[in-house]
Amino acid sequence: MSPGVSYTFHRQIDKLFQEFIALGAMVEERVRRACDIIQSGDMEAARELVRTDYQVDEAEIDIEEECLKILALYQPVARDLRLVITIIKTNNEIERIADYAASLAQRAASDASPSSAPDFPELLAEYREMSDKVIAMFTRSLDALAHQDADLAHEIFHLDDQVDHHRNRAYRTVIEEIPRHPERAERLVNLYILARHLERIADRATNIAEEVIYLVEGEITRI
Amino acid sequence: MNTACYTPESTIIAGVNVHLHDTGDVNEDVKGLVSSAEDYTTVGNPFVESPRMKCREVSVDYSGKRAVFGVSLDIARNEVIAMIGPSGCGKSTFLRCLNRMNDTIPGCTVSGSITLDGMDIYDRKVDVVPLRAMVGMVFQKPNPFPKSIYDNIAYGPRIHGLAGSRSELDALVEDSLRKAGLWDEVKDQLDKPGTMLSGGQQQRLCIARTIAVSPEVILMDEPCSALDPIATARVEELIEELRDNYSIVIVTHSMQQAARVSQRTAYFHMGWLVEVGETDQIFTNPRHKLTENYITGRFG
Repeated sequence: MSPGVSYTFHRQIDKLFQEFIALGAMVEERVRRACDIIQSGDMEAARELVRTDYQVDEAEIDIEEECLKILALYQPVARDLRLVITIIKTNNEIERIADYAASLAQRAASDASPSSAPDFPELLAEYREMSDKVIAMFTRSLDALAHQDADLAHEIFHLDDQVDHHRNRAYRTVIEEIPRHPERAERLVNLYILARHLERIADRATNIAEEVIYLVEGEITRI
Repeated sequence: MNTACYTPESTIIAGVNVHLHDTGDVNEDVKGLVSSAEDYTTVGNPFVESPRMKCREVSVDYSGKRAVFGVSLDIARNEVIAMIGPSGCGKSTFLRCLNRMNDTIPGCTVSGSITLDGMDIYDRKVDVVPLRAMVGMVFQKPNPFPKSIYDNIAYGPRIHGLAGSRSELDALVEDSLRKAGLWDEVKDQLDKPGTMLSGGQQQRLCIARTIAVSPEVILMDEPCSALDPIATARVEELIEELRDNYSIVIVTHSMQQAARVSQRTAYFHMGWLVEVGETDQIFTNPRHKLTENYITGRFG
């Protein structure tokens, strides 16, 4: 790559990376809002989150197209190649996380408790703790990506086990509550699906961390 | 939690001191870059089992000015090894050491040792004419002789006495042109001048000419830089086919070409061999900062 071409290429790749980090920040905010909706059951906020999901899709497509253009025009190698590949793969993970956030919001608000019916405070407390860990994992994976920091990426893996533990507890609670409140079985199933969605967000944050390790160290890692 | 790590190649050697070790210490824990831009020690294993050519501590001086610094590198059998690096890095100078082409340059001295199948090619008793048949060279610009296509190929075998009769010579010419992927295009015009062929055909004619004298190693110095993309693709396919029978050392400025045609890549910088490794590893995960800077276009 000649120095002239290289300058244009590196300017483009820097711009792409900035856009990509901005998408990550947008989705991080959406996950926080979805986790708030789990607690509040705010239908209006949930509708807004679902309505604006297209913004994530559009940004994801723009970034993917830009990656394809860079691959076709510059055939990057070494760290530049790993960066473009990392962006393509994590771009998809981030878009899927946004989908989970929208689905979380929709389910959390769809049949939140009418005032007379119990709304399972024990489960919601479990989810508050679980949400904090999931948000911490996602935030750290994005920080690791933004700073291309493999050590930070390694740090999030142990949280994944804790998130799985919360999901298992949520499962047991739901199984116990259904016979006690058969009229609210649908709500309880939805509540369990929230745990599944939160767990999937954590899994995808783990995938992002694995890609950061590949980007920095050049080694394909699977946790 | 299971952690599985897959390294693209398992014998990455950090900071091999080629003065001390012939095989280096394998360190599979190495991750990311291992050498700073200031360190010119060779990263990666420059040695192979049962090499065709063995170069040890090869240095080249032009009238007292050093152009290549103590390069140790093996050329394996049936491999394509690419030499890359910025202009003036010593890669072509080193290439020319491999068949003593530097002998013709006044003031040029080569030190260290280079062997071909165990024979010291710089031994005083070695005749460079048969040496250059055994280690043939293809140049940047196709340079067919001002003779017929047939005679371009037949010239070498005639002076080396490789064909006993006209029919043997005919067979050798056909075989060489076939191996170079040119036979079907020229079989009906063997008496026409080689210079009437297209650039890509002329380059394949030069490759056929090199093959005709039964080399063991073929050196290629930017063989495609004067060719269009279609002719380049044809020569690259040919290089892949030739690997079955020969060792090929190719100097190229095209990183994509190096990545496409070679199994190993050597990166030269300011006369030093700073990194050598599997081509896949060099282009996805180079270990030396200088290699990364160069192949990603951050200098050069």
